[in-house]
This record gives sequence, structure tokens and C-alpha cells, in this order.
Amino acid sequence: MSAVIEGHHDDHHHGPAKGITRWLYTTNHKDIGSLYLWFSFIMLFIGGAMAMVIRAELFEPGSQIVSPEFYNQMVTNHGLIMVFGVIMPAFVGLANWLIPMQIGAPDMALPRLNNLSFWILPAAFGVLLATFFMEGGAPNFGWTFYAPLSTEYAPPTVTYFIFAVHIMGASSIMGSINVITTILNMRAPGMTLMKMPLFVWSWLITAYLLIAVMPVLAGAVTMMLMDIHFGTSFFKAGGGGDPVLFQHIFWFFGHPEVYIMILPAFGIVSHIIETFSRKPIFGYDSMVYAIASIALLSFVVWAHHMFTVGMPIAGELFFMYSTMLIAIPTGVKVFNWLSTMFKGSLTFETPMLFAIAFVALFTIGGLSGLMLAIAPADFQYHDTYFVVAHFHYVLVPGALFSIIAAVYYWLPKWTGYMYDEFMGKTHFWLSFVSVNLTFFPMHFVGLAGMPRRIPDYAMQFADYNMIVSVGAFLFGLSQLLFLYVVLKAIIYGKKATGQVWEGAKGLEWTLDSPPAYHTFETPPNLEAGEAKG
Amino acid sequence: MSSDSSYYVPESSKLPIFMAFGLLLFVLGAGSTINDLGKESSNSYILLMTSFAVIWGVMFVWFSNVINENNKGMYSDQLNQSFVWGMAWFIFSEVMFFFAFFLALGYVRMFSVPWLGGEGEKAITNILWPAFEATWPVMVTPDNETFPGAEKNMNMPGITKLHTWLPFWNTLCLVTSSGTIALAEAALKKGKRAAFKSWMVVTISLGFIFVFLQGLEYYEAYAHMGLTLGAGIYGTTFFLLTGFHGFHVCLGAIILTIMTIRGFGGAFSEHDHFGLAAGSWYWHFVDVVWILLVLVVYVF
Repeated sequence: MSAVIEGHHDDHHHGPAKGITRWLYTTNHKDIGSLYLWFSFIMLFIGGAMAMVIRAELFEPGSQIVSPEFYNQMVTNHGLIMVFGVIMPAFVGLANWLIPMQIGAPDMALPRLNNLSFWILPAAFGVLLATFFMEGGAPNFGWTFYAPLSTEYAPPTVTYFIFAVHIMGASSIMGSINVITTILNMRAPGMTLMKMPLFVWSWLITAYLLIAVMPVLAGAVTMMLMDIHFGTSFFKAGGGGDPVLFQHIFWFFGHPEVYIMILPAFGIVSHIIETFSRKPIFGYDSMVYAIASIALLSFVVWAHHMFTVGMPIAGELFFMYSTMLIAIPTGVKVFNWLSTMFKGSLTFETPMLFAIAFVALFTIGGLSGLMLAIAPADFQYHDTYFVVAHFHYVLVPGALFSIIAAVYYWLPKWTGYMYDEFMGKTHFWLSFVSVNLTFFPMHFVGLAGMPRRIPDYAMQFADYNMIVSVGAFLFGLSQLLFLYVVLKAIIYGKKATGQVWEGAKGLEWTLDSPPAYHTFETPPNLEAGEAKG
Repeated sequence: MSSDSSYYVPESSKLPIFMAFGLLLFVLGAGSTINDLGKESSNSYILLMTSFAVIWGVMFVWFSNVINENNKGMYSDQLNQSFVWGMAWFIFSEVMFFFAFFLALGYVRMFSVPWLGGEGEKAITNILWPAFEATWPVMVTPDNETFPGAEKNMNMPGITKLHTWLPFWNTLCLVTSSGTIALAEAALKKGKRAAFKSWMVVTISLGFIFVFLQGLEYYEAYAHMGLTLGAGIYGTTFFLLTGFHGFHVCLGAIILTIMTIRGFGGAFSEHDHFGLAAGSWYWHFVDVVWILLVLVVYVF
């Protein structure tokens, strides 16, 4: 019996297979991590191009470039691609690369399932993008696909959309089962739960959220399918159903989904800030408890997305107060990051710049969220650009910046090559200025009443919209610079050391840069506390 | 936590990419088949059938590989523990899928139907169909011409007529089968293979009787009770909740049938039978969902 295992182990020391089949058939967490990250990068440019179309149309009032119908398709697919095709796969890619290395495991727990989780995504998004060329055009009902827009009034392609969402959800669930199993079952001896790196903690809780809510999304799209094609009346008042029911089910999925897109960012930023502050993270335990509290609260706040839809007053109050409660654990995290930096030996390499920008700008998004949580105030803000400003602040300089920071921080580890620090900083400052130029004025036009998802607007909003569009184009171009920096590092970069960053702690930094194709086939010997942070 | 260094990381595998391809065909096939419903000359169903063939074929090979690898002794205790966690979290995801439908039923029963009937501060929805009276089950829908309500419902007829009521027999089948599969597992653990096989046969028979009775109930509903998918929210929730449950019973019964066939072929040892244990967990899960479902769909 053991002979088989030994024989197998010898195979492992072969490098990766050659050619395209390496990527098609791979079971290696590093390969799959790279696939996820490149997929997400490509989708970022596709979803970004749609944002450019939106901002070009909104550059001036009036209808210039695209038809309103096509504009709706752009808004919808921009949202769907950015949420399901960029942020989520990028975090899964980081999880694949980092979790096994951070907990001292040889690979993910279920490697073949891991490959399947990835290869479903190109299929799902291929179908979604193909709908642009089908009869009736692509989905046009917003990324939240409220019924009856997505049922009675939807284009025929909605059927493909529904099944694409189904397999996307299957991919997320399989990926999450893999992550949870890896974390619970594959940690090196001596790494207790409360000694796990914070990125691993954040993903453990994110994976739990994903398994809890992706099936609910599957339920929602199934009900849509039945209503559209099989005569049921879930969302039809005439049969005794209720279109508002769709919103409840969608947001029961949707709010935890929002935190799925930010919790791994918390983990990333914690690692980067402690490294470049040369201090261990302040309040490790409270960081863990804060992530867990945010996750649990996320299940009882969903209806704050629908204050204006009409709810009993008790419901409005419950969801208002429960939403405000989230500010407490989030505040704990923000102050812990600040305290980590306090009296630290700070240096400001590119990952640190993005991480600090994350803390500052994510907090802006969080505070505007707190404003939106106030039910009576939300009656004014609902469906205006203020909401657009709010969620772009948490998703772009929030989630996306954390992913960019993670790429700069771990790229030398992954590839073995340093990126160009000057170009990295240029990328940061261009992104930082343009992201604020893009999203900050949206607060003003939103408070003044500019509605979201409309291709035209009143003359009074013209100046700010022009600024926003210029900012958006600049931000889009800056990300091409990011692509250049990454490619330049891989092709011409200077060799990186194993440690890479002076202050970096954790198991992944004990490996070579780049790490061997298979790492930690023998679990590392942990001294108590070594792996923390 | 890792105890030794022999965690089995499989070599690269062609299975996942074929499965992903099967799922791509499934999306295209299911989408086009459903969009073409009612059209006379459509052959999109061929695509759908092909996708099923690919998916089931890959699953067959995949599971065979896992069984062979296990038989060759490639799997450590730690890897077996990974399967245990994987199955547990998969069942949790299934629980949440049903949760969405229970949530929908709870919402229409507690809020939207009473509101349509004019109750509470949301009574404005009542102005759409002022004549609508909120009752559960909703036998007359607000827009009864478009969604003709059912003539009869499936509610429990009263204790004395219990034996005429199919869900009673269904409950009996499923609860008993949860017991018999536990007996089968216990017999296997004690090495009594004959008893194990017999209890497995009893379990799957009960499972298929359940599916048959459920089919009979649907026939009754469509043929004699006017209870259809189009019969408003009552028919909608009735068929979707019982339908998805029935679908899961079918899956569970198929899983257990395969396990039984493998058992007859000599598979499973006293200490190594996680395939069977996982099937058994799934069966218990289906049973628990049914009990909740009987309570909220049929009884109350």
C-alpha cells in the first residue's frame, strides 16, 4: 500500500505538463490560482469597456452614442461581469494561490473539483457574452434582475442567463466547499484556528457565506424560469404572488454577496499593513471576531436595499438598526488597521499605498452606507447616483484596490520577479486620483437627484458628469498600465528573494520565489505563533 | 490538521474540463429547448440530451476513478476526512436551496396574500382586485381568469380519513426508509453483509414507492382537482416545493441504488464505506425536508 503512495510521490517532483493541456487538465492550486487571476483580469477589461461605453454616453446630456436599449444591456452586463466575473474569481484565485501556502498544505483538499470550479466560469461568461448576438439582445434588467423586468418584460435570452447563473453558482459552491475543507482539514500541525493568517480566516468565513447564499440565488432564478415558461405565479400578484418577493429572495442572497466581495479584502489589507508597518497586526482576535460578526449580521440586513418598496414600519426599523450595527465590527477593523500603523516603521511601497488607500476610501464608502441605512433618508437617496457612488467606493477603491494590492504584494512570490516600483507607484497615483475623480462627484449629483440606470439626465448635472467621465476614462487607461507593469515584471523583472519584503511574516515567505510546483508535501514544523499574521 | 505527508494530489485530469464542457452544453441545450417550447420544428432537445450524456458519462468515470484510487490504498485518513467535510457542506448548500422556497412560501402566506386581501397597513395592494378574499390555500386567485384557482387542495382531510390521504403514506414510507438505511449501515459495520443488503433493498423500495405515490398525487392534482402549476400561488408553491423534494428523493434513490449494486458486488468494508454513509446522510436530509414540508405545505 505504501509503495503506491511512494511511487506516486516521485511523480510529483516532475514539473508541470507542457503546452495548453497543462492549463486544461491541471490539478495544481498554483496553476488554478493563476487561471482564476488571468480570467478575472480579462473580464476586468471587458466589464471596464462596458463602463467606458456608459461614461461616454453620459459625457454629455442627451442621447448620443448608444440607444437606450443598448445602454441598459451595458449597465446590466457591466454589473454582472464585475461582480461575478472579476471580483469573485480574483478572490478565489488569491485563495487558491495563498491558502495552501499559508497553512502549510500540499494543495487544495479536492484538486480535481478545483479545476472544474474554474473551467465552469469561461463557459458561463461565454454564454452570457454570446447573448449580445442573440435575438432580443443581452439581459437588460440590471444586475439585480428584479421581477417583472426580468420575467414578463425580459428578452428571450433571459433563459440562457438563468442557466448561466446556475452553473456560475455551482462553480462558487464547489470552490467554497474546497476552500472550507482545505482550511478545516489541511492545516499544518500546530496551526490552531486562532493562529491562522487573517487572509485564511477571511476566506473561511467568505466560503461559509457563499455556500449559504448561492443556493438561494439558484432558487431565485429557478422561480424566474418557472414564472416565465411554466405559468407559475411566484412574482405575479394576479395569481396571489408578489414581485416584491423577488427582491426579498434576491437580497437575502445579495447582501451576504456584498460581504463575500469585501471580507477577503480585509484579510489581504491586514497582511500588507502589518508587513509595511513592521508590527504584528493590532488586535488579531478582534479582527477575527469582527469578520465573523459582519458575516452573521449580513443575513439580517437584506431589506435595507428595499426601504422604498413598501414594508411595514417595524420592518423598516428592524432593517435600519441591524444595518447600523454593522458599522461597529467594521469600525473595529478600521481602527485596528490604524493602530497597527501607529508608531510602526512605515514604508510606502506600492502594495502599502493601495492598502492605505483601501482603508481611507473604503471608509468613505462605509460611511455613505451608513447614511443609506437611515430609512427616512434613504427615501431620498434611493436609486440615485448617491447609491452608485456608495457601492463603487466599496467595490473599486475597496475590493478592487485590495486585489491590486495583493497582486503587487505577492507577485514577486508567485513569479520570482520584482515589479518596477516606480511604475507601480505611478499606477497607484493615477488610479487613486482618477478613482476619486470618477466616484466622488457622483455623491453630489446623486444628492441633487440624478437617477441611476438612465442614459440621459437633466442639464444641471452636466458639469459633474463630464468630470466623472474624464475620471473614468483615466481610470480605465491606468489599468492598462497595471497590465503593463505585471507583464514587465514577468518578462524583464529583477529576481526576487524568498523573503521579498523585509517585514513579511507567514509560511509563504519561507518558500523560494517562485515556489516549487508542489510545496509543503511534508507539513512544515510550526513553532507556536510563528504563522500568525 | 495534517498528520502525515501522504496527502493524495491527483495528477492532472481530463475529467473536470469535460464536465465543464458538459455544463456548457447543458446551458445552451436547456436554454434553447425551453425557449423553443411550443415551437413545432425544434431539435434543440438533442443538445440537451447530449449534455446529459456527457455529464452522466463524466460522473461515471470520475466516481469509478475515485473508487479505484481508494481501493488501491492511495487515500489517507486525512483525505477521507476531506470527503466527509465536502459532503457535509454540500448538504448544507442543499438545505439553503430549499430554504429559498420555504422563504417564498412563508412570505406569501404571512404577508403578500393577506395584503392582497386588504389586511394591515399595506392594504393598498387590495385596490387592484377589491373582490379578492385572502384565504390559505388560495382557491380563488385575485385574477382568477388568468390564473384559475384549484377546485380542491391537498390539505390533510382530518384524522379519521388519514388512510385516504397520500401524503400520510408518503411520510410513512420516507420515515421508515430513514430507519431501514440506519439498520443497513449498522449491519454493515458489524459485518453482517446479508442483513446489510436486505435493508438496502427495503430502503430503495420504499424510496421508489414514495416517488410512485408522489407521481400518483400529481396525476390526481392535474386530472381531478384543477391543481396545476398555473393555478395561482397555491399550485405554484405546492408543485415547486414537493417537486424539488421529489427530485431530490429521486437523486437519493439513484445514489442508494448504485450503493446497493456496489454492495452486492462486494464493495464497502466494515470501516471504509463513506460512499454509502454519504448516501445515507443525503437520504436523512431528504427525510427531514419532507417532514418540514408536510407541516407547512399539507397540514398547517
